[in-house]
Amino acid sequence: MDCATLKDLIEASWPGRARCRFDPAARTNEVTCERAVLADVCSRLFHEWDYAFAGLVVEEGERQWELRYVFYGERDAGWVHVLVAAPLADSVFPSIAVEARVFAADWHEREAEDLFGVHFAGHPRLGDFVLHDDAWQEGVEPMRRGFDPVAALRDRRPAADWRPRRVVQEAGAFILPIGPKFSGVTESVLFELETVGEDVIRSWTRLFYKWRAVEKLAEGKSAEDALVLAERFAATTAFAHGLAFCQAVEAIGGATVPPRARALRVFLAELERLRQHAGAIQEICESTALVVANSQAGLLEEDLLRVSCELTGHRYLFGLLALGGLTIDLPTEACRKALRKAQDVVARLDALERRLKVSSSFLDRIEEVGVIFPRTARAYSLVGPVARASSLARDLRREQPYLGYESFEFEVPTEEEGDGYARLRVLFAEARQSLRIMDQAAGVLREGAVQAPVALAAGAALGWVEAPRGATFHWVRLDGSGRVARYRAVTPSFTNWHSFHLGAEKFAFQDFPIILSTFDLSAAENDR
Amino acid sequence: MKWVVSGLRTGIKTTAYPSGAENAPGVTPGLPLGAALGERAAALAERCPTHALANAEGRISVDYRRCVHCYRCARGTPQPLGWKLGFEWAGARATGNAFGAPFSRSIHIVVVDAGDCGACLNEVRQLNNPYYNMHRLGFFITPTPRHADVLLVVGPVTDHLRKALRKVYDAMPTPKRVVAVGACALSGGVFAESFVGGKGVAKLLPVDVEVPGNPPPPIAILHGLLVAVGRAAPAALVSSGS
Repeated sequence: MDCATLKDLIEASWPGRARCRFDPAARTNEVTCERAVLADVCSRLFHEWDYAFAGLVVEEGERQWELRYVFYGERDAGWVHVLVAAPLADSVFPSIAVEARVFAADWHEREAEDLFGVHFAGHPRLGDFVLHDDAWQEGVEPMRRGFDPVAALRDRRPAADWRPRRVVQEAGAFILPIGPKFSGVTESVLFELETVGEDVIRSWTRLFYKWRAVEKLAEGKSAEDALVLAERFAATTAFAHGLAFCQAVEAIGGATVPPRARALRVFLAELERLRQHAGAIQEICESTALVVANSQAGLLEEDLLRVSCELTGHRYLFGLLALGGLTIDLPTEACRKALRKAQDVVARLDALERRLKVSSSFLDRIEEVGVIFPRTARAYSLVGPVARASSLARDLRREQPYLGYESFEFEVPTEEEGDGYARLRVLFAEARQSLRIMDQAAGVLREGAVQAPVALAAGAALGWVEAPRGATFHWVRLDGSGRVARYRAVTPSFTNWHSFHLGAEKFAFQDFPIILSTFDLSAAENDR
Repeated sequence: MKWVVSGLRTGIKTTAYPSGAENAPGVTPGLPLGAALGERAAALAERCPTHALANAEGRISVDYRRCVHCYRCARGTPQPLGWKLGFEWAGARATGNAFGAPFSRSIHIVVVDAGDCGACLNEVRQLNNPYYNMHRLGFFITPTPRHADVLLVVGPVTDHLRKALRKVYDAMPTPKRVVAVGACALSGGVFAESFVGGKGVAKLLPVDVEVPGNPPPPIAILHGLLVAVGRAAPAALVSSGS
């Protein structure tokens, strides 16, 4: 599909009912359509023209709802934003998860229903998602304009105690609850595993225990203050999320980030990916109780945290991003030093991989567990290493390049099996590619400024980044005074968690923590 | 066998702290120092997004419980605050929940994520890597509150996690102590002004030890644990700049 020809195709397919505006610079088609053809348009985009679903952005205008369904394709296919509007009083939309079989939109619709009170006709599973039923009554719509983001809601009338829903009806079936506090040092989520004994027949994750309403808190803040939030809601990938937010604001203001800042941003983004992948590898080793490998991977992660801190002052790269560039210049020599240390870490990471590859007790536990089939990866529009381990070779750095990634040489490693071991191999291979990009980025550092002025104007734009866990999409709307009117962050953990139950089901209980670790999911990133 | 050999080849990596010093680069991000800035103090205090900086007649004091490492007081300003690199940051609060002598050498810790962004939790995880190896000091993570002596909490305590946190605390036997880790757990951090974010652990539970930082590095958390069992001296949580 070529984004330049899509306009004619769409207007011919739905004459008079769908209008298309093509922006060649942004390679984006904005399709405005009637509610009646929304499902049809989304279905064709997704199933026929092979676009992936990025996310749903709901905006409450003065008089009407504006829903924006964002799709992205391979490089030439560009972006498609499908817009549909309806009066505020009439908030029923077709569910594209059901009607168009875009399963990837399932959780987006549930979230919109919970937070805005927008309804999706025919969606079978609305309720108890972001807002827990045992904490909030129906009818609380915190993302609506009139809702006070600061004061605690006075009128709290939650439903009686919430209970998990039993689906498996076999004799002797029961639910094993895990969480929200479980195991040693883990994030707070609740897993319910339904079983009759050894195998997990059905698994269900209850999320949003950690919901901090980041998108609501950003509203009314200056873009600079909202960046502080964007950087801190999921700190293991702080730089990627901060960067996506900055790129959205810079797109609104039409700012050109100076070349040195662009190269440094690439360098830091890849350093973060390398560190996060080392951390993910450590968690996989830990979940399989391989003690020496766990220790060695732990050393590598800590080494990279120290490299980050020595270079930038902060172990998780906080406080570096500024609108239009970076807050400080990093000396070229310091970057080279960090690169040398990263090279040493990757050499040791390679040695670790070689040993793991011949450890049969380890392989027995990680091979052929948690399988995600390629068709599932596609149907759920999965992202990041999870998608790439199921032969979906999508990577925003290559498909929709930003920061000049098109000028760097790197590969997008993929595997076919879609099991835990395939995901581990992708992590190792990507760590090597990140080092390769860091090397090139350090080589193109030219003297110059690291921050350009950004003219904050009214407008909206999408910022996107291939974060360590996969594609992240940040939609930002600024009002006339440069304050945030709407912020929506679609994160890779939110996207991938949607499919996690498919990986966990049909496997034995003892595989569960291993499968979980190979998905590298972050509840902080999901819950926001 | 190859794992044993490769483990031995790695050698000893563990920090000398607390009996010796730890000066490796990148171990700590440090914290800003209070200062007397005169006329410029008011403008600098304004820059802080979480009101960690207070200006009293030209003297800036820094409340570490609120500092989120945004570096606005250190970068892009004509008169930046000074910076200190240490890590013995944990402060103690008087709650009357002291441990007796038997508790100084074997402490079991239950960790609760009360809405953490992932950084504090990741730094707690590092305590088990060979650099910090908390076991050598008698600290062990336990999954169950029934076996725990110390409750370590990260995150601002979100609305949805209040009940779970309370249940964990209630399930612990006495004597027990609470260690709150990170700016969010101490003050709510960037999520403090929120209808769901929570303003820290102390709103719900008696906090004995406060470890500031966003996130505090592993070695600062280690200091906090040592303070909790009376094996290290607590530090001041406010830098007054005098």
